[in-house]
Amino acid sequence: MGQKLIIGISDWKVGRGDDILVTYALGSCIGTCIYDRTTGISGLSHIMLPDSTAIIDGHTTRMKFADTALPDMVERMRAMGANPASMKAKIAGGAVMFQTTNSKFNIGQRNIEAVKETLRKLRIPIIAEDTGLNYGRTMTFWAQSGDVEISSTVMGKKKL
Amino acid sequence: MSIGKYEDLNDMQIDVLREVGNIGSGNATTALSSMVGKMIDIEVPRVEVLDFNDAINAVGGPEKVIAGILIRINGDIEGMIMFLFEQNLIALIEETFFGQAPKDIFSLSEAENSALNEMGNIMAGSYVNAIAQLAGMTIDIEVPVMTVDMLGAIMSVPAIEMGEMGDKLLFIDNNMIIDKTSIQSKMLLLPTIDSLDHLLERLGVA
Repeated sequence: MGQKLIIGISDWKVGRGDDILVTYALGSCIGTCIYDRTTGISGLSHIMLPDSTAIIDGHTTRMKFADTALPDMVERMRAMGANPASMKAKIAGGAVMFQTTNSKFNIGQRNIEAVKETLRKLRIPIIAEDTGLNYGRTMTFWAQSGDVEISSTVMGKKKL
Repeated sequence: MSIGKYEDLNDMQIDVLREVGNIGSGNATTALSSMVGKMIDIEVPRVEVLDFNDAINAVGGPEKVIAGILIRINGDIEGMIMFLFEQNLIALIEETFFGQAPKDIFSLSEAENSALNEMGNIMAGSYVNAIAQLAGMTIDIEVPVMTVDMLGAIMSVPAIEMGEMGDKLLFIDNNMIIDKTSIQSKMLLLPTIDSLDHLLERLGVA
């Protein structure tokens, strides 16, 4: 029997086979599902911020940033036996939750760009995405098949 | 001595922040109470220093659907005030303004949105004025913005903006109980770490 793995904010987990990975209520954060159907090894990451290099503070976690979380997760998947060449990615999130007139920076958009750039460097193709707009998303990810379901209060459920 | 991390707050400082929350929320709640014509009780505020996931669980869980009204504050204290209104409080406010509850809280009309934002504006103004007077500070509030969505997605906004330098969030959590027990809602004050230092200094507990 597979497990249900819950991924919090600034967190990632790797599952396999019948495992189901879930991350709740992505706002401006990004959920990245990476899977390798040949081995059924899959990871889901929930990042908050694009770039760790601007952060001087030592006690902050690598799982929070696109540029550190995704390479770490892929490395774990590889160590468990996944084949990087057959990895594929699906991403969701990066919304603008509050429409402010003087929004200092659109963190959602910067997160989307950082995740895409990091995946490009890792040579993992993005085969589906549900990003941007202005609502929260919960992401449910079946490790073996790579199927992803997005649910939101506004749009209901859809397959990704 | 200034604190470098939210976790460094001592018990006396937490007591003072709880009192700040009490005074602020007392004023804000009086404003709400006189608008909607209902008795509102406030519980003793909680001062929480929590990591992001625990913070979301502490205010209701990630998938709880709620209205978030976000008001940025600046001046001598920078940060955010966030009102988390349950659906039945939204209905009550809309009834007060328009004589009827909204049909669908996910598609509020422009007027219904404005009513909620105005309520947030009045409450946030009362909240920060009380603190400003207490501490002899100048605090400005920005225009409120509202969204109805999952709590986790709403709380990710202060988590991202306040949490960039660390992994924890400090908030003063005020629970409002309206009409005895029927309606509960929350207001959160989230100061930045620098503002918190400044506030504690002004209140003589730095």
